[in-house]
Amino acid sequence: MPREQFQKGLQDLQDGVLEMGSMVDRQIERALQSLVGRDIPLAEAIVRDDDEVNRTRFHLDNVCLSLLTQQAPMASDLRLIISVLSMVSELERMGDHAEGIGRIVILMQDEPLVKPLVDIPKMATEARRMLKDALDAFVQRDVNSAYAVGQADTVVDDLYDTVYHDLLEIMVRDPSTVESCTHLLWVAHNLERIADRATNIAERVVFTVTGMMPQMDVSRY
Amino acid sequence: MSMQTPATQSMFQPNQMMRRVMGGAFVGVGVISILISLGMLVYLVLDVAMRGLPWIDWQFLTSFDSRFAERAGILAAIAGTAFMMTMTIAVSLPIGVMAAIYLQEYAKESWLKSFIQINISNLAGVPSIIYGLLGLTIFVRYMMMGRSVLAGALTMALLVLPVIVVATQEALRAVPSSIRDASLALGATRSQTIWHHVLPQAFPGILTGNILAASRAIGETAPLVTIGALTYVPFTPESPLDRFTVLPIQIFNWTSKPQAEFHDLAAAGIVVLLLVLLTMNSIAILLRQRVGGTSRRRIG
Amino acid sequence: MTMTGQSIRDMLGRRMIELRPSVEVRAGSALPENDVVEDPVIRISDLNLWYGKKQALGGVSLSIPRKKVTALIGPSGCGKSTLLRCMNRMNDLIPNVRVQGSVEIEGANIYASTIDPVEVRRVVGMVFQKPNPFPKSIYENVAFGARINGYKGDMDELVEQALRQAALWDEVKDDLKKSGLALSGGQQQRLCIARAIAVNPDVVLMDEPCSALDPIATQRIEDLMRELAERYTIVIVTHNLQQAARVSDRTAFMLAADDLVGRLVEYGATDQLFTNPKDERTEAYITGRFG
Repeated sequence: MPREQFQKGLQDLQDGVLEMGSMVDRQIERALQSLVGRDIPLAEAIVRDDDEVNRTRFHLDNVCLSLLTQQAPMASDLRLIISVLSMVSELERMGDHAEGIGRIVILMQDEPLVKPLVDIPKMATEARRMLKDALDAFVQRDVNSAYAVGQADTVVDDLYDTVYHDLLEIMVRDPSTVESCTHLLWVAHNLERIADRATNIAERVVFTVTGMMPQMDVSRY
Repeated sequence: MSMQTPATQSMFQPNQMMRRVMGGAFVGVGVISILISLGMLVYLVLDVAMRGLPWIDWQFLTSFDSRFAERAGILAAIAGTAFMMTMTIAVSLPIGVMAAIYLQEYAKESWLKSFIQINISNLAGVPSIIYGLLGLTIFVRYMMMGRSVLAGALTMALLVLPVIVVATQEALRAVPSSIRDASLALGATRSQTIWHHVLPQAFPGILTGNILAASRAIGETAPLVTIGALTYVPFTPESPLDRFTVLPIQIFNWTSKPQAEFHDLAAAGIVVLLLVLLTMNSIAILLRQRVGGTSRRRIG
Repeated sequence: MTMTGQSIRDMLGRRMIELRPSVEVRAGSALPENDVVEDPVIRISDLNLWYGKKQALGGVSLSIPRKKVTALIGPSGCGKSTLLRCMNRMNDLIPNVRVQGSVEIEGANIYASTIDPVEVRRVVGMVFQKPNPFPKSIYENVAFGARINGYKGDMDELVEQALRQAALWDEVKDDLKKSGLALSGGQQQRLCIARAIAVNPDVVLMDEPCSALDPIATQRIEDLMRELAERYTIVIVTHNLQQAARVSDRTAFMLAADDLVGRLVEYGATDQLFTNPKDERTEAYITGRFG
């Protein structure tokens, strides 16, 4: 096939996105672990490791830039690179949300939980599945799977609803829990945002394949 | 996909010595060939010049032929040559150039065009005596022009026409087609394009071709002998129907006389003829260089 | 916390599938069709062309929009230059050309028997691949077309206007007597553009006008094309895809199939054709994966 060098560059770029996706996924996973286990050293590690995520993002930006300047991509190649540019930005922000959760865990120190963690871990699982499905759709250039990611966002929204109302109820009943409840609310909010950004990645997948820019964002938040 | 084993340095064993010897030998043979041909030419020119130059003076150029070598001159021959060549060019140039323009710029590719083209090229190589026979039959006898300057000029025109047509076509072909395209794309007609752009650019080339054709005609003897140009003419031709002689015939005449003085006179005539030819060819070369100059600038 | 199924890392190194989405996906997601050219200057309908027995163009139909730049792209031998030369009947100069179909300019078929190709060429000017100024002065180069077309106005003014429009005036105004051949390649090409617009054409055809120029001269010509598009309709043939993308409003992609007959494959707005071509062959060509 002609343009082998270019083809290899695109392949490396796609692998770079997956590497970064995996890195961010691990950050989300560890954020939940630190919350459940109240593991402050782990939370601090998460905050530190976010720098690595940011560095990876800039590296991939540069790869895109040099492919754009040196290869003058057109059509689907151009769409792919443009998509990757915004995907890595979404991934970087997802990493920031994971870091945000880590910071809340540090902030909470050993303050007791106001309620058992049920829906928040479910949100995390769902958000991570969306991230994985979005990247899977990207690799497969599968528009239908990408749209499914957008649909899954409602599940996370519903869970967020539940968490929100549960915490509101607790705060109304016992105003002394407001601070602890707010902490958990932030955690839930961060997870909800992560799911939204997974949806954005799925949108870019659709653009990569079809050139269309769909609005999947049905999030209520 | 298997790559061939790359050649290693040791596989190259050039026989430098042999190559140098062969190269030197080749150059040697070339130089010898040039020396032979050049030497012959130099010998001829020197011989002719040494024998002829002492005879060239004002008297030689302004006298008619005579039975006495001291009083003989080439006035009649020079006048005849000039008169005949003027008429030859006047007839052959317009006809030849127009024919070339038609063939090169207008005629559509067809078997007829190729046929005409091939025949014109062939005519340029026909022995000149054939033209003489043609001129004798058509102009001297059938058209009853007699053995006049006009008959000679028309015969010579026939002789140079193919040369002029071919040379003019060559000059037209040398005008880049991009110039024609540019002109036509502006809404110019074909004739406007030829008149404004093609002819001006081809002009030096056409002129060169004509000068070379004329210099060929000046040196020709056979056709004029055939139509019966005179060998002894004690007058200059006044009208196209006068009888005449030309330089080569005068020279031919002198060489066939038994006296050695006339042979030297012939050498003097040859020197004059050579000077005329050299002058004409130099002009042609100068013109050609001008054309080359502009085309080089066009590329740069 | 474990995830169901494979992890993201498992996807690493997975071969990128060929970027050829299935047709169903495409049909459902194609960009809105907007291929109707309003008020076209040139309307080509079902054009076929033969060089002798060899067919070079097959069933080409397209409309060239007014005061826009339209690019014709495609691999060598696809017939794009041939198509361009149909628009001012320059093909007539090649022996044994036969044309079928119609090329209408402002509604009149230029291949009708009543039409004189000489008149067509004044209305549809042309700029060639290699700059080909006449070996005459700059002034004469520009004035020639107007003169032979019977221009009765002020010639000096016309020459100045044409040179100004071609962005050459400031460089040559002090020496209009200088030979056109003494200019640089880029200037020569702008002189040829000035010469073409001096006869006030409706359309200017450009056949790879920058292929003999360096990048800076090329950039100037490209800028010029955009400026000229405010007054003239421009059709350009180019091998340089980036150039087509930069200068044109609409792009037509042509391709010769196995039978060597050039056909129009895709025609549309330039930004859409270059980001999201509808035809696989266009995609393959513009992404450099052709053949």
